[in-house]
Amino acid sequence: MFKWLEKNLPKIVMAPAVGLIGWFVYGFVLWTLYISFTNSKILPKYELWGVGQYIKLWGSRKWLIAVDNLLIFTALFLIFCVVIGIILAIFLDQKIRAEGVLRTIYLYPMALSFIVTGTAWKWILNPTLGIQKMFIDWGFENFTFDWLVNREMAIYTIVIAGVWQSAGFVMALFLAGLRSVEDEIVKAAKIDGANLFTVYWKILLPMMRPVFFTSFVILVHISIKSYDLIVALTQGGPGISTTMPALYMTQTAFHKSQVGLSAASAMMMFMAVAAVIIPYLYSELRRENAR
Amino acid sequence: MKTLKIEELSKNFGSTEVLRKINLEIDEGNFLVLLGPSGCGKSTLLNIIAGLETINEGNVHIDDYNVSKVEPKDRNIAMVFQSYALYPSMNVRENMIFGLKQAKVSKEKIEEQLEKVSKFLQVDALLERKPSQLSGGQRQRVAIGRALVREPRIFLFDEPLSNLDAKLRVEMRREIKKLHQQLKTTVVYVTHDQTEAMSLGTNIAIMNHGVIQQNDTPENIYNKPSNTFVADFIGSPSMNLIKGNLKESSNKVSFVTHGSNIEIPINGYDFKEKSNLDNKEVFFGIRPEHIFFKKSNEEDFEINLRADLSEYIGHEQIMTFNFENQEVLAKFPSTVKIDLSKNTKLFFDLTQISLFDAKTEERI
Amino acid sequence: MQDKIHSSYKQLEQKSKYTNLFLRWFLYFVLVVFAFYFIFPLYVMVVTSLKTMEEIRQGTLLTWPSGLNFDSWLVAWGGRGYGAGDTFLKPYFWNSIKMVVPAVFFSTFIGAMAGYVLTKWRFKGDKWVFLFLLFGCFIPYQAILLPMARTLGVLGISNSVIGLVLVHTVYGIPFTTLFFRNFYVSIPSELVKAARIDGAGFFKIFFKILLPVSTPIIVVTIIWQFTQIWNDFLFGSTFSFGEAAPIQVALNNMVLSSTSVKEYNVDMASAIIAGIPTLIVYVLAGKYFIRGLTSGAVKG
Ligand SMILES: Nc1ncnc2c1ncn2[C@@H]1O[C@H](COP(=O)(O)OP(=O)(O)OP(=O)(O)O)[C@@H](O)[C@H]1O
Ligand SMILES: [Mg+2]
Repeated sequence: MFKWLEKNLPKIVMAPAVGLIGWFVYGFVLWTLYISFTNSKILPKYELWGVGQYIKLWGSRKWLIAVDNLLIFTALFLIFCVVIGIILAIFLDQKIRAEGVLRTIYLYPMALSFIVTGTAWKWILNPTLGIQKMFIDWGFENFTFDWLVNREMAIYTIVIAGVWQSAGFVMALFLAGLRSVEDEIVKAAKIDGANLFTVYWKILLPMMRPVFFTSFVILVHISIKSYDLIVALTQGGPGISTTMPALYMTQTAFHKSQVGLSAASAMMMFMAVAAVIIPYLYSELRRENAR
Repeated sequence: MKTLKIEELSKNFGSTEVLRKINLEIDEGNFLVLLGPSGCGKSTLLNIIAGLETINEGNVHIDDYNVSKVEPKDRNIAMVFQSYALYPSMNVRENMIFGLKQAKVSKEKIEEQLEKVSKFLQVDALLERKPSQLSGGQRQRVAIGRALVREPRIFLFDEPLSNLDAKLRVEMRREIKKLHQQLKTTVVYVTHDQTEAMSLGTNIAIMNHGVIQQNDTPENIYNKPSNTFVADFIGSPSMNLIKGNLKESSNKVSFVTHGSNIEIPINGYDFKEKSNLDNKEVFFGIRPEHIFFKKSNEEDFEINLRADLSEYIGHEQIMTFNFENQEVLAKFPSTVKIDLSKNTKLFFDLTQISLFDAKTEERI
Repeated sequence: MQDKIHSSYKQLEQKSKYTNLFLRWFLYFVLVVFAFYFIFPLYVMVVTSLKTMEEIRQGTLLTWPSGLNFDSWLVAWGGRGYGAGDTFLKPYFWNSIKMVVPAVFFSTFIGAMAGYVLTKWRFKGDKWVFLFLLFGCFIPYQAILLPMARTLGVLGISNSVIGLVLVHTVYGIPFTTLFFRNFYVSIPSELVKAARIDGAGFFKIFFKILLPVSTPIIVVTIIWQFTQIWNDFLFGSTFSFGEAAPIQVALNNMVLSSTSVKEYNVDMASAIIAGIPTLIVYVLAGKYFIRGLTSGAVKG
C-alpha cells in the first residue's frame, strides 16, 4: 500500500489540476455544447432540439451586428496595435536615452483593468465636457467629437481605447524580438550600405515572422473575448450599435434568459477562438520539438 | 601610402577602457592578423576600422585619408563575421548582391560580379537556397562571397572560422590563404587561434588588455617575442620561463638560478642593451621544441634534469622536467623512451633562447 | 575612381552628421508624442479627481486643479454618509482582497506542483497532460459561464467571495502550470536525480531543491495572477453582484448609477482607487510583470 502510494505520488499530486480542468473546462464546454442543441429558456432543458438555436442566432439582427462589430473591431485593433507597436519598438531600439521610462509609459495600460480604462476613456470622449470641449475652449468653435454617442462611430471609440491598452504590449513583444537578433547581422547590413529604413524593412522585420504570428493570435484572442471594455465604455450602445459577441452572450443568458440561444453564441465564439489557437499551438509545439 | 593607418586610438565603453593608444600600419596587400585572448579588444578594434563603433581618441586612415567619421559603407571595406551574419530571410543570391544593390550598381555589373564570385567560391549551385539550408562551411563561403563581390580595398575578418569543426577549419584556412594570394587585397583578420595566425598572417599583432604587445612578422613573433606575454601566448606548450639572475664577469655573461650551481653561458645572444647585466633578475626563456635529448649542435648546452611527467599526444610527447624546483617542458618524438623519476641528459639549443627582465617582463 | 571617393569623404562626414541629427530629433519627437498619448488618460484621471465639479465644468480636460483637493477620493472610498443609494468602494476593495489572496495562493501552489511533476517526474503521456491543461488558457470564458453559474448555485456559493475564489483558482491553473513548467524545464534534471540517489523523496526534493531557486517564477506567477484576478470583471459581474462584488464590478456600478448629476471627479477617483494596486505592482516589479505578460499573454 505504502509502496503503491510512493510510486504513484506524482500522479496523485497531478490529479487535482487535471481533475479541476477536466471538469471545469472540458466538462463545462461540453455541457454548453449540449445545451446549445436544446430549447432551454430560463432553466436548462435536456431534451435535444437540433440546431434551432443556431438558426435563430444567425437570424438575429443583434447577433449579426455583433459579428459585424467584431470584424470591424478586430481588423482595426490588429492594424493599429501592430503598426504602433512596431514603430515604438523600432524607435526604442535606437539606443534611446530614456528607454526605460518610455517603455514603462507605453506599457502601463496593460496593468489596468478594462473597466478602469473604459471609465477613463468614457470621460475623455464624452461630448459635453471631454475632448470636444477642450478643442472648443482652445478656439476651434465648430469642433465636434461625439463618436461615443453616435451610432455609426461608437465602435471606433472602443478601438481607440483598446489600442491604447494593448499597443504597448505589442511593442514589448517586438522589442524583445528585435533585441534577440544578432548584432552582427545589423553590422553586416550597415557595411553593405543599408540605411536604417532598409535594415528594418528588408532584414529585421522579415525576421520577425514568429512575433507577427504571436501578436496576431493574442490580439485576435483579446478582441473575440472583449467584453469589459464595451460594458464600461458604451454598454453596447447607443442602442445596440456596439454589441459584440461576448456581450450578446451574457445579455442573452442573464438578462433575456435565453440559455439555449446564449449557449449557441458561446459555442460560436469558442469555435472562432479554436480556429486561431489550434494552428498556433500546433506550430508552437512543432517548434519546441524541432529544438 | 599606407592602406590602413591607426594612430593613438583609444576606446572605452563607459568607464571600462577597451583599447589604449593603439598604433598600427598596414602596407598594401599585407595580411595582418590580430591575435589575443578573449576579451582583449580585437573585435572592438575591427569594428572601429569598419566604422561600426565610434572612437574616443585617435584616428583611422585609409589610403591616407582620415575616415574616423565616415560611415561604414563609404569606407570601401568588407567584413566577414564569426556568426556569418547572413540575412536569414534572403536567399544566397540576394545575400550576396544586397550590398551592390544598395550602392545602386547596374544590373549587368551585379550579375557579372555575382557569377564571377559564386563560381570562384563554388557556391553557384546554392544561389537559390536560404542560409538555413546551408552547412556551416557553405555559409562561410557565402559570407566571404558577400564580401568579395564588393571588391573592397580592405577585407576585415572577425574570427571567421571559429564556428567550424576542426577539419573544415583547416580546409577553409587554406582557402582563405589562396584567396589572398590570388587577390592580393589587404586583410585584417581577427582570431584567437595561433596556428591560424601563424599560417595566414604576413604580420601578426598580439594584443592583450587593449594594448598591442608586439606587431611583427610571424617569425619574429615566434623567435623574438618582445615580452613574456607574447612568449607565453605563442607556442604550444608555451615557452619555458625560468627565473634566475644574470652574472657578468670579464665580459662573459651567464645565467644562474638561485642556490644552484648550474650556470648557463649566454654567448651569442643579441642584447638590446649590453650594460648593467650583472645580477639582473631575468626570465630565461626556451621553447620546449628547442630542448633535445641528444646533441645536435656543438654549442648545445648539456644538462641533467629529472623527468617528472610524460604526456603522450600521438606523434609527440611532452615531458616535464624539474629544473631547480621550476617546471621545464620539452617536446620529443613519442618514440624516445625516457624513464620517469630519473635524471636524464638534455641539450638546450642556446641560439634560440630569449631573455626577459623579470620586473618589466620586457625582452632584453 | 579612388580619388573621387576620397575627395568626397569630407562631404560624406558632413552629410552623415546632419542626417543622423535629423533622425535623432524625429525619433525623439515621435516617441514623445506617443508617450503623451499613453500618459494622457492617466493625467486626465488624476487631475479630474482633484477638481470640484465647478472646476470641471469651467476648465478643460487638461486644466490644472486649483489645489490638492482629495474630497472626491474620500467620497469614492467612504461614501457621503447617507444610507440607501450611497455606493462607495471601501467594502468592495476588501472583497477583492479577500478574493485575490486565497485565489492567488491556491492557483500558484497547484500550478507549482503540476509544473514540478510535468518536468521532473515525467510519466507516459505527460506531454498530452500538459497540452490538456494548456488549452485552458485559451478558451473564451463565455463557453463555461452558464454551467459555472449553475454549479455555484448548486454548491450554494453563488454571489459570494468563496465562489469567486474557486472560479479564479480553477481558471488560473492553466497559466500557473504553464509558468512553472517552462521554468522548471530549464533547471537541470541532474539536480533532482542526484537528490533521488541520496534518498530524498518527492516532497523533500520539491521543498529543499526546487522551491529555493523558484523565487523569480513565483514572483512572476503571483504578479500575473494578482493582476488578472484583481482586474477581472466577467466572472465578478456574472457570479457576484450585490454585497460580495469585487471592486471592478463596484466601480462599474458606481459609474453607471445615474442617480443625480454625473460626478466625474468621483468617478475618476474611484477608477484610480480600483487601478492603483495593479499600477503599484507594475511600477515596483515591472520586469516580472512583463515576463509574465510575454509568456502568459494569451489571456485577454
Ligand atoms: N558594447 C559594449 N559595451 C560594454 N563593453 C563592451 C561592449 N563591447 C565589448 N565590450 C567589452 O570590451 C572588451 C573587448 O571586447 P571585444 O569584443 O573587442 O573582445 P574580443 O577580443 O573580440 O574577444 P573575443 O575573442 O571573445 O571575441 C570586453 O571586455 C567586452 O566585455
Ligand atoms: Mg570578438
